[in-house]
Amino acid sequence: MTARTGRSEPGSTADSYPRVRPQGDDAVVVEFGDRIDPDVNGRVLGFCRVLAEAPPRGVVEVIPTFRSALLRLDPPSLDEAQLDAALDRAMGAAVAGVRPPRRTVRLPVVYGGQFGPDLDAVASKTGLTPAEVITLHSGTSYDCYMVGFTLGFPYLGTVPEALAVPRLATPRVRVPAGSMGIAGRQTGIYPVEAPGGWNLIGRTPVNLWRMAEDPPCLVRPGDRVEFFPVPPDAWDHSREELVLP
Amino acid sequence: MRPALEVLVPGGHTTVQDLGRLGRQRWGVPVGGAADTLALRLANRLVGNSDGAAGLECAWGGLQLRARADVWVALGGADCQATVGEEPLTPWQPARVARGQVLRLGPAGRGMRAYVAVAGGVDVPRVLGSRSTDLRGRFGGLEGRPLRPGDLIFVGVPEPASRRGGQGARPGSSTGGPPAAVRRWEEGVPRSGGSPAPPVRVVMGPQQDAFTAESLATFLQGTYAVGERADRMGLRLEGPRLDHLRSPDVVSDGVIPGAVQVPGDGLPIVLMPDCQTTGGYAKVACVISADRWRLGQLRPGDRLTFEAVSVAEARAARRELEAEVARVPAGGPAEPAPPGGRGPARWRVRVAGRWYLVTLEPED
Repeated sequence: MTARTGRSEPGSTADSYPRVRPQGDDAVVVEFGDRIDPDVNGRVLGFCRVLAEAPPRGVVEVIPTFRSALLRLDPPSLDEAQLDAALDRAMGAAVAGVRPPRRTVRLPVVYGGQFGPDLDAVASKTGLTPAEVITLHSGTSYDCYMVGFTLGFPYLGTVPEALAVPRLATPRVRVPAGSMGIAGRQTGIYPVEAPGGWNLIGRTPVNLWRMAEDPPCLVRPGDRVEFFPVPPDAWDHSREELVLP
Repeated sequence: MRPALEVLVPGGHTTVQDLGRLGRQRWGVPVGGAADTLALRLANRLVGNSDGAAGLECAWGGLQLRARADVWVALGGADCQATVGEEPLTPWQPARVARGQVLRLGPAGRGMRAYVAVAGGVDVPRVLGSRSTDLRGRFGGLEGRPLRPGDLIFVGVPEPASRRGGQGARPGSSTGGPPAAVRRWEEGVPRSGGSPAPPVRVVMGPQQDAFTAESLATFLQGTYAVGERADRMGLRLEGPRLDHLRSPDVVSDGVIPGAVQVPGDGLPIVLMPDCQTTGGYAKVACVISADRWRLGQLRPGDRLTFEAVSVAEARAARRELEAEVARVPAGGPAEPAPPGGRGPARWRVRVAGRWYLVTLEPED
């Protein structure tokens, strides 16, 4: 077989990106790096955008992650030559700097108290006051690198170094929907109730997962996300998100 | 309007499943769907449904259903010594269940999951493009949960055989012997105490370079057993451990059901349909799509071995599987079913921030 997606990459070394690797016969991984990095993720998102504009036959979905894109394929309808050509074009465009348009999502957050049970612990681990943690966290704008783990969970980066704390030693069995947490240099929001080990410092009243909408996911890969603190008594009044073009 | 079936006993663990919700993985939505797609597709075909109609997936058997309307059903997958009333129900054959009769599945004697297809397909609302039950997300299927006693199952309107070009009640009987796709199923599922099933075929990677060369050989030469922790999320395997060259962790990337990931303890986990959409462990290999259905029939204690094939060989195997499935003729009702089994219209509506399921059911 000559189709590139059908064999390993004899010409590439371990460190040359982008590279194409099979995951079974009905998925292909296109890797742009091996670390969490805004530039690597930018290439992934650019690649996904170019591919999604004219999806080759047999490509069911293109899934961006931190450092790679997963293409889900339908082998019976696949045209391998067409896929290879589309991969080359999209990889070329991504490396050349094509990026998707960026949206900005501004989310109200109630920090601390019952909404952010780990705020005080994060403050003591980082040597900051809770107010400083809030100022630092809400004063940074974040990029959504990918959505995964559970329904609509956005992985956001990059958290300021001063706020980086490891995951909880014992994950919680139940994290309420809307909870916002920190794990290392990442921050994220649980759109639906789930088990989880991130340090919860606040919660947004905005519904990030809308089952009846398409897409059901409010925060999407490539979005810029900003948080603004609201007092606990504003909880019921801040349910509408702000999405800026 | 009446429901078609009533659940008397749900058995081991029974859920509504179709072929899953492909196309929303980038939003974190698990693929889901039948663990043994071959059995569901064949059972659907045997009652004249499209391959992707929703059916009932019953792990371990034990399901009992009472017909509340005349329905055509076909049973596929795990052999459960099923009966309709007092009569044995032959697997892989369409059968009519008259109103009032009880369809009983015994304990699964071979294989793990039985599939009940109903002519017209199980009619539950499509959620995110599929009728499959997502247990962790608690959506799809019947209220996002396993069946319970007293649940009522509605079905869609069956296509009569005359319009499908099928010959009616008994596909297979005119051709002598079971279709090749059924023989494939029989050969692909371990027999208790008998000869082991053939190796499960995999394409190596995408992270096989995270393992030592000896470990890759071990993975392909060793015999694994399915551990006790085996469910619709994943099969934890017991057997020879694999050594990572460096860290078992990779930066999380996309995974699909069938992927074989290896955490720090070196014991492989084969991902199943309800797996997460992304994962952070190195993936040594991925089970090919033509063999993936076999994972759904493995029980704790079953042995399995792996064989590496190329992507080209895997795609050829898939073509062979599709050709066999395509040759299974449509069976089921020769005449359109009288109204009675069709489901009511349903909508999800949101009132004051909460979701409600509204059912509109015309009076008889």
